[in-house]
Amino acid sequence: MSETLSYVPYVLAGVKLTIILSLGSVTLACLFGVFTAAARLSPNWFLSMLAQTYVSIIRGVPELVLMLLIFFGGQMLLNDLAELTGWLDHIDVDALSSAIFAIGFIFGAYMSEAFRGAYLAIPKGQLDAAKSIGLSQWVYLRIIVWPQFLVHVLPAFRNNWLVILKTTAFASVVGVHDLVWRAKGAASATHKPFYFLMLAALVYLGFTLVSERFFSATLRRVQRGWTSI
Amino acid sequence: MILLIVVFAISLVLALALAVFRSSDTSVLRHPIKGYTYFMRGTPLLLQVYIIYYGLGQFELIRSSILWPFLSEASLCIALGLILNNTAYLTEIIQGALREIPRSTIEASRSLGLSRSKTLFLVECPIALRRSLPALSNEFIFVMHSTAVASTITVIDILGAGRKLNASYYLAYEGFVTAAVLYIAIAVTASQIFRMLERRYLAPLSFR
Repeated sequence: MSETLSYVPYVLAGVKLTIILSLGSVTLACLFGVFTAAARLSPNWFLSMLAQTYVSIIRGVPELVLMLLIFFGGQMLLNDLAELTGWLDHIDVDALSSAIFAIGFIFGAYMSEAFRGAYLAIPKGQLDAAKSIGLSQWVYLRIIVWPQFLVHVLPAFRNNWLVILKTTAFASVVGVHDLVWRAKGAASATHKPFYFLMLAALVYLGFTLVSERFFSATLRRVQRGWTSI
Repeated sequence: MILLIVVFAISLVLALALAVFRSSDTSVLRHPIKGYTYFMRGTPLLLQVYIIYYGLGQFELIRSSILWPFLSEASLCIALGLILNNTAYLTEIIQGALREIPRSTIEASRSLGLSRSKTLFLVECPIALRRSLPALSNEFIFVMHSTAVASTITVIDILGAGRKLNASYYLAYEGFVTAAVLYIAIAVTASQIFRMLERRYLAPLSFR
């Protein structure tokens, strides 16, 4: 039993990577999301078509497939590029950054839909009203659009964040030494797979619980002064 | 993908039953079901599948039970994992739809002389199912995404074939891009079918 217990800190050390993975991916996803939503809403049809294609391709393909494609295919692409140009030496794509990039790239598509929806929920008449009282574009965005945007975007953002959190488990498949990877390692070392996998599951459940608390508090805060939503 | 359709069909039936118990305020099953959906929705599917496939084998009791031949079969484990996971999501969707049925509809059908169970099966459930069609369509695509997890416990599905190509011949693009294209084809077909179903079953409801 004590041998089994000695693996617990080893597994829990993976929590750090899981957090880095989730926070890194969600930041990247927001970046991708903002640009994609802007492209989708822009009057330029080429940009908007490009954004739409990106979103529909991502939505049609499982996360795991894209992560493997980016991890293995990205490495090959870099090798081919290096060979073709002769500029670069051999570059190793490390598992962590490729996983962050893959998850960020995937959820950028989902985030862009959330951003677009929240932006479109703000009535156009407010822009005219802001112009008519002489507000600049920047002031309009900051004091009129932003507070409303937050209220509309938070529920969808929360959902995406919870899915990102759970998607980071796939990073263990491409060899990131995160919580799941370590739990599996400890499981085969001690022949107690149930305990360690369950431990990892409970950690995720804890993260979900904390995130839900955090988002409902934030939502209450940004909704101050709203009569109905 | 047989796995996808079988899993979705079984989960839908189970979820309908769970949703009925979950949304009634008096049922003793309400809290256990809530706990179950919370756990399933709060933890990654990959871990749930690992727990079923690797985890359960830890216990002597399960290894010696008659269920063991089934639980040591990877494809049945993935099916079980997907069903358990997907049922939780579907339960939440359907119970949300059940709750949104106006009281007046239920009172109207009761006043027409339908019994409680008839009201439930002939009025409430069909309406809830029709109302949740758009959400079900999303969920179907989501289950399709989840079936890719099968390849992590050695089942050769679409992605499993792609991974095999990559591992044995170092063909990263070919295997994974083919897999991706196949998945997109399934997703597009499925969303067309759901759009048809929505036109047929959801559109008439919006004329109220």
